[in-house]
Amino acid sequence: MPAAEATSVAAQRLPIYAANLARGLLDPDHPIPAGIVGPNGKRPVKRYNVYRNNVTASLVDALAAIFPATRRITGVEFFRAMARFYVRSTPPRSSLLFEYGRDFPDFIARYEYAQAMPYLPDTARIERAWLDAYHAADVPTLAPQALGAISPDLLANVMFVPHPATRIVRSRFAAVRIFAANRQDGPFDRIEASVPEDALVTRRDLEVTVRRLPPGGAAFLTQLLAGRPLGDAAASAFNGAPGFDLAANITGMIEAGVFSALHVGDHA
Amino acid sequence: MSVTTKISAAVLVSAVTAAITSAAFAAPLTQAEVAAATAAHKEKCYGVALKGQNDCAAGPGTTCQGTSTVDFQGNSWKFVQGGTCTSIVVPGGKHGSLTPLP
Repeated sequence: MPAAEATSVAAQRLPIYAANLARGLLDPDHPIPAGIVGPNGKRPVKRYNVYRNNVTASLVDALAAIFPATRRITGVEFFRAMARFYVRSTPPRSSLLFEYGRDFPDFIARYEYAQAMPYLPDTARIERAWLDAYHAADVPTLAPQALGAISPDLLANVMFVPHPATRIVRSRFAAVRIFAANRQDGPFDRIEASVPEDALVTRRDLEVTVRRLPPGGAAFLTQLLAGRPLGDAAASAFNGAPGFDLAANITGMIEAGVFSALHVGDHA
Repeated sequence: MSVTTKISAAVLVSAVTAAITSAAFAAPLTQAEVAAATAAHKEKCYGVALKGQNDCAAGPGTTCQGTSTVDFQGNSWKFVQGGTCTSIVVPGGKHGSLTPLP
């Protein structure tokens, strides 16, 4: 058989072989797949377990790297056990490891043994948003002058283009405080978890920043991020939070780099 | 949306003006002044919870370290108190103890 033809046959067989090999990698009780044979025709139990371990441990390690605060809150052993259950139920769909774990926070919310930590899913959501912001496209943030250049009678119709890094995580718990306290190693004072907090995650240049949004801030920004004009977003925020400070929120969103550009809508 | 309060143009203009003028374009400050001013301002306004720490934080897959942890077995495990959850008080007065709820 010519070499090129042999390569092509091998290439065709590889996905079949790989799919067969993969069967059972995430299930320690699964028998070694047929066709996986060791020297002398033996069942390669130890060798196959090396693959099993590498796949499982590397995915658990990936989750530990993405969710360090979550891990610190639960402790390493709890985290690794929880992560292992997740890895088995939800293998990665992308070959890019930093994409992994998008639905890990939802898994935590359902995970039986994490029910005593109801703030944990939102804390993990901030961590996942942090990494998404970190890997988001490099785009300049909106300059304050751009807003200053808009004629006063058109301000209500201004719409903003979200910066690719911007994420909002709303929580019934003190998720921002818990996140910040646990993304570092130092001790922290007791946290009362029942204070609701909304997180804003942004990235100016290369630095991801997590902020706590003021009252009405999440409603305001969520509207703007959805493409609603400034006048409507401000009205909606005032209605939801009477103490809403419009000037402070506009200052904050510009400083944080929530948006990359603006344009003026057609109708009044 | 009939119940929605309309924001008057005047309110919008004054808010935007205040926002733009407060985003100071003053003369260059020293590093320390910038840090102090930024911290003070953000504390008042949005409150930075955490920034920086981007070194070595690109997430997984950026190194190719080998695996020495044996972690593929185990369908059950013992509850181990090891985390900071004991410092986080949850509604109802319970601490985040690592025991399943009844």
